[in-house]
Amino acid sequence: MADQNNLFKYLLRLGDNALVLSHRLSEWCSRAPLIEEDLALTNFSLDMIGRAQALLKYAGEVEGKGRTEDDLAYKRAERQFYNHLVMELPNGDFAFTMARQLLVSAFECLLFEALSNSKDETIAAIAAKTLKEVKYHRAHAEDWVIRLGDGTEESYQRMQHAVNALWMYTGELFEADEVDAELIREGIAVDQNSLRPQWQEYIGQVLTEAKLQVPADGYMQTGSRKGIHTEHLGHILSEMQYLQRAYPDATW
Amino acid sequence: MVTTAYTREEIMGYLSEIADPEIPVLTIEEIGMLRDVLITEKGYEIILTPTYTGCPAMGIIEEDIERLLAEKGVGPVTVKLVYAPAWTTDWITDAAKEKMRKYGISPPEHSSCSQAFSVGSSVSCPKCGSADTQLVSRFGATACKALYKCNSCKEPFEHFKCH
Repeated sequence: MADQNNLFKYLLRLGDNALVLSHRLSEWCSRAPLIEEDLALTNFSLDMIGRAQALLKYAGEVEGKGRTEDDLAYKRAERQFYNHLVMELPNGDFAFTMARQLLVSAFECLLFEALSNSKDETIAAIAAKTLKEVKYHRAHAEDWVIRLGDGTEESYQRMQHAVNALWMYTGELFEADEVDAELIREGIAVDQNSLRPQWQEYIGQVLTEAKLQVPADGYMQTGSRKGIHTEHLGHILSEMQYLQRAYPDATW
Repeated sequence: MVTTAYTREEIMGYLSEIADPEIPVLTIEEIGMLRDVLITEKGYEIILTPTYTGCPAMGIIEEDIERLLAEKGVGPVTVKLVYAPAWTTDWITDAAKEKMRKYGISPPEHSSCSQAFSVGSSVSCPKCGSADTQLVSRFGATACKALYKCNSCKEPFEHFKCH
C-alpha cells in the first residue's frame, strides 16, 4: 500500500505542471503572431487544463479530505504548488514559448509513456490519454524550433537566446526526492532521471537540425519539489485565483 | 432507490439520441464517447470517455444526459468519466464517418493513430473528394479538428484528426 501522502504530492506535482503551463499559454490568446498559432497555443492550453482537472480530481480523492480539483487549483497558496519552475516562467517572445514547449513536451512524451505502465490504474489511464496529446504538442514545437532556428538571422538569434535562457530550468525535470523514491519502489512513479539520456539525445537532434547550439549543462535552478518558486508564480496565482479568493465558492 | 426498472439497452437507446454539441450530425454513441450504462442499487451510472482530456463539450454532454434521463423519469443518475481505454477515432463507425463527410468534415482515417501527426497522410476533400489537399493549421475550432484546404476545388475544410 502506497503512502497516500506521497501519492497525493506526486499527483499535485503532475497536476500543477499542467495547470500552470496551461495558464501561461492561455495568455497568448488573441496575441499570437498568426491566427493559426493563436489556435495552436490555446489548444495546448485546453489539453493541459483537462489533464490538470483529471489529476487534481484524483489527488483530492487520494487525500480523502473532500477537496475537489477546483479547491486544489484555486485555494492553495504559492508554497503549496509543486510545478516545475520552467512552467511558470513568463512567455517571453514566441521563440521562448516554443523553445519551452519543445523542452517540456519532449520530457512529457517520455514521462507519460513510462507512466502508462504505472501500477496505479488511474495514473496509467490518464498517462495513456495524455501521451497522444503531448506527442502532438511536441511535433508542433519541433517544427517551430527548426523553422526559427534555421530561419533568418533574427529568428535564429531569438531562438538560440531562448534555448540558452531556458537551459538552467531543465535539470529540475529529472530530479527525484523521497516522494519519487518511495513511489518508484511501489511501481507507481517513474525514475525521471532514467529518461534524461533519451531526452538529451532527442533535444540534441532537433537543435542540431535547427542549426542551434546545445547549451552546456551548468548551474541548474531547483526548488519546486519543496514548493519554492520563482517570483513569477505568485503573480500567476493572483490572477488565476482572484475570483475564488474574492468570492469564495462562487459559482455560475 | 430506483423506482422504475429500465434495462441497460433501454437507457443506451435513450442516450444514443444525444448529439455531439460540436458535430450535431453525430451522436455521442456514434463518436464513441458513450461507453456503458451500469445499473446498481444506487441507480444508473453512465460511463463516458472524453475525446480529448480538455474537451469543453463534456460538461454540456453531461448536462444533456441528466436532462434527457430526468425527462424520461430515469433516476437517480450519475455520470462517470473514464480515461481507459483511451478514446480513439478508430471507434467511429464507417457510417458515422460518412455522415461527418456529408456534413463537411473530412473524417479520420482508420488505424493510423500510431502516428501523432503524419504530414504525408492523405486527407481527402469532403466536397469534391480530391486527395490534393493542403494542411492550413494543425489546430481548428475544436481540439479534435485541423484546418485544411482543397487544392482542386479551393474549398477550405475541417479534418477530424486521427487520434
